[in-house]
Amino acid sequence: MAKLENRSALESYRNGLLAEQESRKKKLISLCAGSGCGAYGTAKVYDALVQELAKHGLQKEVTVKLSGCHGFCEKGPILVIHPQGIFYPQIKEDHIPDIVEKTIKNGELVQSLVYKDPATKEKITHEKDISFYKLQQRVIFGNNGAIDPTSIEDYIAVGGYQALEKALFDMTPEEIIDQVKKSGLRGRGGGGFPTGIKWETCHKHNGDKYVICNADEGDPGAYMDRSLLEGNPHLVLEGMIIGAVAIESNEGYVYVRHEYPLAVKNLSIALRRAEELGFLGKNILGSGFDLNIHISRGGGAFVCGESTALMASLEGMPGRPRAKYIHTVEKGFRNNPSNLNNVETWANVPVIIDKGADWYAAIGTERSKGTKIFSLVGKVTNTGLVEVPMGTTLRTIIYDIGGGIPNKKKFKAVQTGGPSGGCIPEQFLNLGVDFDELTKVGSIMGSGGMIVMDQDTCMVDVARYFLDFLKEESCGQCNPCREGITAMLDILTDICQGNGKEGDIELLEDLGMMIQKFSLCGLGTSAPNPVLTTILYFRDEYEAHIKDKKCPSGVCKPLFHYEIDEEACTGCTLCAKRCPEEAITGEKKKPHHLNLEKCIKCGICYDACKFDAVRIQ
Amino acid sequence: MDIDWKKIDDIADAYHNDRESLLMIMQDISDIYNYVPPEVIPVLVEKLGINPSLVYSVATFYKTISLEPRGKYIVSVCTGTACHVRGAEKIMDALEDRLHVKESQTTEDRLFTLEAVRCVGCCASGPVITVNQNTHGGLNRSSVVKVIDEYEKQHVS
Ligand SMILES: Cc1cc2nc3c(=O)[nH]c(=O)nc-3n(C[C@H](O)[C@H](O)[C@H](O)COP(=O)(O)O)c2cc1C
Ligand code: FES
Repeated sequence: MAKLENRSALESYRNGLLAEQESRKKKLISLCAGSGCGAYGTAKVYDALVQELAKHGLQKEVTVKLSGCHGFCEKGPILVIHPQGIFYPQIKEDHIPDIVEKTIKNGELVQSLVYKDPATKEKITHEKDISFYKLQQRVIFGNNGAIDPTSIEDYIAVGGYQALEKALFDMTPEEIIDQVKKSGLRGRGGGGFPTGIKWETCHKHNGDKYVICNADEGDPGAYMDRSLLEGNPHLVLEGMIIGAVAIESNEGYVYVRHEYPLAVKNLSIALRRAEELGFLGKNILGSGFDLNIHISRGGGAFVCGESTALMASLEGMPGRPRAKYIHTVEKGFRNNPSNLNNVETWANVPVIIDKGADWYAAIGTERSKGTKIFSLVGKVTNTGLVEVPMGTTLRTIIYDIGGGIPNKKKFKAVQTGGPSGGCIPEQFLNLGVDFDELTKVGSIMGSGGMIVMDQDTCMVDVARYFLDFLKEESCGQCNPCREGITAMLDILTDICQGNGKEGDIELLEDLGMMIQKFSLCGLGTSAPNPVLTTILYFRDEYEAHIKDKKCPSGVCKPLFHYEIDEEACTGCTLCAKRCPEEAITGEKKKPHHLNLEKCIKCGICYDACKFDAVRIQ
Repeated sequence: MDIDWKKIDDIADAYHNDRESLLMIMQDISDIYNYVPPEVIPVLVEKLGINPSLVYSVATFYKTISLEPRGKYIVSVCTGTACHVRGAEKIMDALEDRLHVKESQTTEDRLFTLEAVRCVGCCASGPVITVNQNTHGGLNRSSVVKVIDEYEKQHVS
């Protein structure tokens, strides 16, 4: 395919693709090749599927498409058969012969593979009817499951690069910026800064300007940026190109984690194809506008997600932040005006330009517009990526979409905002999630990680966990962050080991306030948040650790032991069989006994017992 | 350590010997040897026209780079938040038992290096480990041991 030299070439190319799709109208099997499904074995399923189709001579009639992430990662690998839209979750190689024989050849369902709603036990055939998807509004993420991320044709066929066309030929840079401002889009990388205002400021400054995409995604538990880059890289690129047109920049970078090899690969393919078709490079679509975009791979340092650290890293140096007396939109990468946005922020841009600011601003709340992708993970039944309008309540997300807490356990808290965020307790479940509401309860939106915690999660341990993370990740330049986090961590470790003292909680609060006030960068100023919110909402757990020397959730090993409740024990012997230390003895159908001398508190018996007979004491 | 100097040259050339690409050059070298052999540092200094101190500070700042030899298989246990609340610690325990090493150590036969990483972006499938570039999800104490057994078998055969 040669370069598209002008606007009408793109339009006729798109029409050609659509006509071709229409004429083919054949069966299509879309198999998710995102990282989540990959971890459950997509590659083997794909090989089995291709072989089986060939065996039946169907390879011409049926196309197999490796798609991007569908979001329902818990149930991977996910397979969808079109045109009927039949949804089969958790597919293994040995399911393939049945699927080909029954569904592909005879159009029948394989009943044993159909998705069963865990709550209602109802069988559901179509992806869109599943409660996990029903309440979502997949504005950004919707095409992920429908297109092959390595195919620019697929992207163009669903309307891709239409917004760029509009931006290049029908709008001035000022008009683009105006639309983005009117849309109310705020940055999805953490801070929620209004994107249009950032662009406007950068546009005003002179120099060799840069557009940069922050794909460092350091927040543990959040992976929407990964799924977007892996599943729909052209959407992010199109957003960046429009941004470059608006601020008048001719060079861009995507800073992506080395730990995301598939994202790097799909993005590289996307860049190459976009150049070949003339969406990047010199004289884009004949408009006279030039832009080159490069990939830079970062190396597993959380602080490199911070804007100034990221730019230092791009320059080939250690990623240490600097004080921001001068903002990066004025002097950033190579000391030039640099406009940094998060992956998801960029992905929103084509939608805004295509559908208009008014359409976009109708979604969401007063001050937080559009949709947000959350990564709903941890102790929740349906884990995965969830895209909902801003303002959707935590309860809808966790219970209606997420299916609640598995194994009949009780909800304890949801952690948002990653290491800079906080833990939100049950009383705020009706909170409509947007930037400001989360801040009001002491947490933040962050990049959209939502880690659900149940009764078995110890909040003191969670606070210790985050500080342990941040101590490792602190770049060490400023004292409050480097020494303060270490001091807080020491206190928390003591508390978790049963050496907590009266006054520790107050000391943690004092230290926390000091670190928040005096640290150099956002890592430090937000580092105490997980500790401060857990103290605010779960003070009783801290007190149990310090005063009673007990960990009520059974996590901090020195502060609890297991016991078998003789009344509840049915003598099913499961725990005794599973115990790696042979610490459990007893006869069949008689109450069992746990030898505390031998017990290593691994928790296997606790997880295994179906009768709640293993108790935390 | 036998170093294929031609390959090192090729890698640096692929990045036009650009000093801004230092980290990526080291990552590519690491992909071959599973670590950055210190012998290559003077060569990088020369080719990229930078100070040795910069190479060392970059190599020690970023976790994807190691200056110590690592095993053929790098087993990284995700200790990200989602995996943490789903029992990543138990996975680490089981691996330490199975491999007879502690976190960030390499087995005597140089087959496995055990490491902790903070989130590999497969949080819905937690607890998760990666072995080189392969991800394994939905693990528990016994299934993670089986994963290691598989790699050991692969190596022997
Ligand atoms: C310690 C720290 C880590 C950060 N990590 C990320 C990250 O992984 N991804 C991201 O997009 N933004 C991250 N940010 C926010 C960025 O500094 C920056 O605000 C953002 O990329 C701007 O883009 P946005 O306006 O589109 O959100 C981080 C900030 C701090 C202080
Ligand atoms: S927390 Fe383990 S993969 Fe994200």
